[in-house]
Amino acid sequence: MDLLDLNQIARHEREQRAPIQICCCVAAGCVSADSQQVLDRMEQAVRDASLADKVQVVGVGCMRLCSQGPLVRVDPEGALYQKVTPEVAPTIVSGLQGGMIEAEPCDADSPFFKLQASVVLENSGRVEPERIESYLAAGGYQALYRALYELEPAEIIDVITRSGLRGRGGAGYPTSVKWATVAKNPGERKFVVCNADEGDPGAFMNRSVLESDPHRVLEGMAIAGRAIGANQGYIYVRGEYPLAIKRLQTAIKQAGRLGLLGTGIFSSPFDFRIDIRIGAGAFVCGEETALMASIMGQRGTPRPRPPYPAEHGLWGMPTLLNNVETYANVPGIIRNGPEWFAAIGTPKSPGTKVFCVTGQVVHNGLVEVPLGTPLRIIIEDIAGGVPGNGTIKAVQTGGPSGGCIPAELLDTPVDYESLAAIGSMMGSGGMIVMDQSTDMVDVARFFMDFCRDESCGKCVPCRAGTVQMHRLLTRIVSGDASKQDLQLLETLCHMVRDTSLCGLGQTAPTPTLSTLKYFRHEYEARLKPSAPESPALVGAATEASTASDEPPPPEAAAGNEP
Amino acid sequence: MAVQTLTINGQLVSAVEGETILQAARSAGIHIPTLCYVEGLSAHGGCRMCLVQIEGHHRLQPSCTMQATEGMVVHTDTEQLREYRRLIVELLFAEGNHVCSVCVANNHCELQDAAVEVGMDHVRLEYQFPQREVDTSHERFGIDHNRCILCTRCVRACDELEGAHTWDVSGRGAHTKVITDMNQPWGEAVTCTSCGKCVMACPTGAIFHKGATVAELDHGRGKLDFLINAREKKQWNV
Repeated sequence: MDLLDLNQIARHEREQRAPIQICCCVAAGCVSADSQQVLDRMEQAVRDASLADKVQVVGVGCMRLCSQGPLVRVDPEGALYQKVTPEVAPTIVSGLQGGMIEAEPCDADSPFFKLQASVVLENSGRVEPERIESYLAAGGYQALYRALYELEPAEIIDVITRSGLRGRGGAGYPTSVKWATVAKNPGERKFVVCNADEGDPGAFMNRSVLESDPHRVLEGMAIAGRAIGANQGYIYVRGEYPLAIKRLQTAIKQAGRLGLLGTGIFSSPFDFRIDIRIGAGAFVCGEETALMASIMGQRGTPRPRPPYPAEHGLWGMPTLLNNVETYANVPGIIRNGPEWFAAIGTPKSPGTKVFCVTGQVVHNGLVEVPLGTPLRIIIEDIAGGVPGNGTIKAVQTGGPSGGCIPAELLDTPVDYESLAAIGSMMGSGGMIVMDQSTDMVDVARFFMDFCRDESCGKCVPCRAGTVQMHRLLTRIVSGDASKQDLQLLETLCHMVRDTSLCGLGQTAPTPTLSTLKYFRHEYEARLKPSAPESPALVGAATEASTASDEPPPPEAAAGNEP
Repeated sequence: MAVQTLTINGQLVSAVEGETILQAARSAGIHIPTLCYVEGLSAHGGCRMCLVQIEGHHRLQPSCTMQATEGMVVHTDTEQLREYRRLIVELLFAEGNHVCSVCVANNHCELQDAAVEVGMDHVRLEYQFPQREVDTSHERFGIDHNRCILCTRCVRACDELEGAHTWDVSGRGAHTKVITDMNQPWGEAVTCTSCGKCVMACPTGAIFHKGATVAELDHGRGKLDFLINAREKKQWNV
């Protein structure tokens, strides 16, 4: 395989396309809403109408508006249909010949689509995830060719440095610094690892990228391999994503067959192999040291850092660990240049970020926006705000590690520093919108329950602390807690945050701490008034507690609510 | 080997390259509390008792795994650390079923010592009273999971000193427990050589010699030190 062959396949693919393409989403959300049957019915309709030379039905990746799936788009005109059932699907085909289309139209010019960016998701909803030819026709693997023949490893890292790309797993560590560290550290072998163990409740960005455009991630990993001098890559993907695993397996096989992965890529001396490792359901395996232990066949528990994976990773070798979305950004940066990327977003957080907006919003789905976009634009303009003219109470970002942002801070720009400054975090990209009916203490309890369940049990603060914090939150929810309980909860939150071994424990108190910061009155309203010593003292005790700086009794606090 | 000079609690301390803060502190006579650490076994970093404050680090670091480096300024006994250590011990007491008055290890227990050291006069947290098993199927030893603090000292002693790897960890979170072989009764664990190193390593009365009653357990820790010294330094001083 050389560049000529690559271009030939791409050209052939473009030329043999029928003039009209009916694209049907075959990513997990739409598949669960029967999109495979929709696709089959449309193919049947094309055959029945003998339109095969003019019309082609193709299964493509995610078109973002997941709550309205299955989605079908007719190209080149771009007409979009939502909630397409297998029954009405054939009418989309007959509509091409002037028939009546019974499928529900979807406004492709609505702010949900128009205000979004397309960097990571540029191919999503356009290429066929199970055909490498489709990816090649969209310019796929050209960046890898450049990285092999036009750039030296140090130059690749320099391009990434100038692009300003930061890790999309949540912490936002500069990607190029990580790459340069691994490149510099000596080791017989080096490894590239892709973290696809997306476990946050309400997050499905990585899943979508893997199901819609798997080759993009493989290409990004191979470029990283070339940059740091690794010949082996691992994708650690969670077992709960069977479709993503299947598409990755297909993609790896196809790329290997064309000589784009494996030995002597593009007939160069560069070898790069990618293997899949499947997680077995532990959230903590998304933590890098636990993930590496799991890849090596050990119990998936984290270990103290330093040493960091960049110096002591898989089998003690320098290892590069990045998130799916980070790798998915790489081919575009190599192809379009670092200046193009750096011009998107903000100077400190360039590029875009994919978010999963879920909860009490009109449009649930994938949203890709330039970093620095105010939260309000994402929630109110793109996602359409709370249905039925309800009002937003809070937005939870960053999953169980993130915090709840109150409605009054919706104008905060979404970038790493701004979110951290208000007690939340970017996280991997989950965004759960809550309306006024949401009980914030219960939200905190839900996330604590999740962390308690997912604690690996290695360090004491996380293993035993989450149990105690969950108990205290349950007591507060059920109205059995005293002021002392709330104080103890706060003490434990700080202690678990400061003393836990890994990110899971260190951030487990964040949802509680952030709701305490912004919705403290909801906690205090639930507390039992200080216990009187004898029935005769009831009146006196209530008076005393109102007069002091103690939390107001439930009635008063309830009155403060908007 | 390069010698590193660091400051621990205002005192200048020297450390050999590769030494941890804990090792450097101990050789300088500075005490840092530990529970899961055993000199000569790999560091686990799980109990968090040995956390220290290092100037310039925004997080507390476990001194058992953090290497001492030149110019480091370490504080091992701040008010915050004291409060956190007490809470850790309280969490351990609330998590298991630790009743000193009926325990074989009473007066020979590192958890008990830790409670005294951190000044734990009572537990502020709710006791969990978990339902846990006692396995006395082994001919010579028994394990009472009620007293286990999951420090994995038995796991590491068995793996790294004896080489049998009879012990391991199963489950996660509050359901974590140490197991023998494939989670079989200890008496049926064929890899067990009955060497007793797990008893020597156990900080509490969780793993014990059969036949000992309240406060009678002698862990025989000196023997573990002897073995580690013999293995590492080739010195057989009794």
